[in-house]
Amino acid sequence: MNTLLTTLTAVFAGIGRAQFFLINVLAALPAALTRPRILAQQVHSVGVMSLIIVVLSGSFVGMVLALQGFRTLVRFGAEESLGVFVALVIVRELGPVVTALLVAGRAGSALAAEIGLMKATDQLSAMEMMATDPLKRVIAPRFLAMLISMPLLSAIFSVMAIGIAGGHAVGVSLLGVDDGSYWGQIRASVEVQDIVDSLIKSTLFGFAVAWIAVYQGYHAAPTSEGVSRATTSTVVLSSLAILALDFVLTAFMFR
Amino acid sequence: MSTQPPPPDPATPTADTSLVSVRGLHFSHGQRVIYDGVDIDIARGKVTAIMGPSGTGKTTLLRLIGGQWRPGRGTVAFDGVNVHALRRKPLYALRRRMGMLFQHGALLTDLNVFENVAFPLREHSDLPEALIRDLVLLKLDAVGLRGAADLMPESLSGGMARRVALARAVVFDPDLVMYDEPFTGQDPISMGVLMRLIRDLNNALGLTSIVVSHDVDEVLSIADYAYIVAGGKVIAAGTPDALAHTEDPLARQFLRGEADGPVRFHYPAPALAESLGGLRTS
Repeated sequence: MNTLLTTLTAVFAGIGRAQFFLINVLAALPAALTRPRILAQQVHSVGVMSLIIVVLSGSFVGMVLALQGFRTLVRFGAEESLGVFVALVIVRELGPVVTALLVAGRAGSALAAEIGLMKATDQLSAMEMMATDPLKRVIAPRFLAMLISMPLLSAIFSVMAIGIAGGHAVGVSLLGVDDGSYWGQIRASVEVQDIVDSLIKSTLFGFAVAWIAVYQGYHAAPTSEGVSRATTSTVVLSSLAILALDFVLTAFMFR
Repeated sequence: MSTQPPPPDPATPTADTSLVSVRGLHFSHGQRVIYDGVDIDIARGKVTAIMGPSGTGKTTLLRLIGGQWRPGRGTVAFDGVNVHALRRKPLYALRRRMGMLFQHGALLTDLNVFENVAFPLREHSDLPEALIRDLVLLKLDAVGLRGAADLMPESLSGGMARRVALARAVVFDPDLVMYDEPFTGQDPISMGVLMRLIRDLNNALGLTSIVVSHDVDEVLSIADYAYIVAGGKVIAAGTPDALAHTEDPLARQFLRGEADGPVRFHYPAPALAESLGGLRTS
């Protein structure tokens, strides 16, 4: 019973610390905007460096969806609806979710490891002693970069999955679905609200991944084991948070 | 007949002559007591050594003076200002008057040598680029590394990284520079360079220096005054000459590097015969 109480207390204390940390990070965000060069470097590190993995994954996910969708739709003679099938699945669900999972694995883990190592090598302490707040100089720009990059990457993922090398390439070029039907059905069925909802989702996923990554890095034990644990925790917690958040958001958005 | 107290040693710092004054300091890490009522004065313009066995909280003292950690009880005053009574903004203003050299340099790994030294200037001043460049190159020249301005931290040796960190620590011409184990892991040449730099910079720039170290001979050769801390207390203090004649057995063991003494060579264990007998019968 005592162990359970201790564990619960530790869990709630951790949540409280994370919320307090988030408030401090949010308060430091305006300072990140006054350092555009650092912010641009971080957007490059988080966003541009994740581009290849997002583009490739988007293409393959789109191709697989087209193959699977075509096999099912053709049984009902509805293969002309392949475009809308791929587009709605990608825009509403897979675009934001898979992008967030990929970015959490590549950039979120890298953020946690980088911040954890900066802590372990006294770089954050050195900044404090040089009268520079690490929350403003290190944490806030990385947080904001993740927040900016995630919806953009999600949009790129969706474009790749639906068109160019994804669903369009397989459905139209390989399986012979009519090009006009493919795009026409998408235009008729995908609403602006779907795209807005998709961007809202990916922004919130970006917020969750950024929060978890910078918190885990900043509070990592200053040892190699501590950094390793922070990195792993970032990926695991971010993935769970993305999937749980997706369920809640979907329940509200697509009632 | 009343006895007169002996006149104070003129080398002994007092609260009046101190830049940093620590009074009744208590600090614990969890259950472990690091400081249990410590008084330390750091004299202005002098090099003061803080020595002691590993794990006695020498680095902790620097973090307490810099206001990064808070004491359980007691005060740390910098130039008469209680460091731990300050809110963030005035504390950061106070820290601009301090420089700190971390054990491994703590250079920012995404910036080159020049930008590392320029960092405090860029963060806290609106100096024109040309002036920043001149100031940084002068400081790098003082530590002998002007030619390394374009190198990244990962291509520096340990000694060079500390010299760059030293240039960064003094780039704002602080009143106080704190050195955390500056000689650890250094070859004799790097050690000699660092010792000379600490002494020369202190004299040339009119600094006050605190050197935390357990390299006894090296640190005592450049210090004006030294404290030995152990077991949460100051066990000896004085000029290097005075410490050579200290009567405290732990301080003597530490200064002479004796394997056995108040700090035992053997970790507590049952008698050897008992242990060996136990092995034979098991």
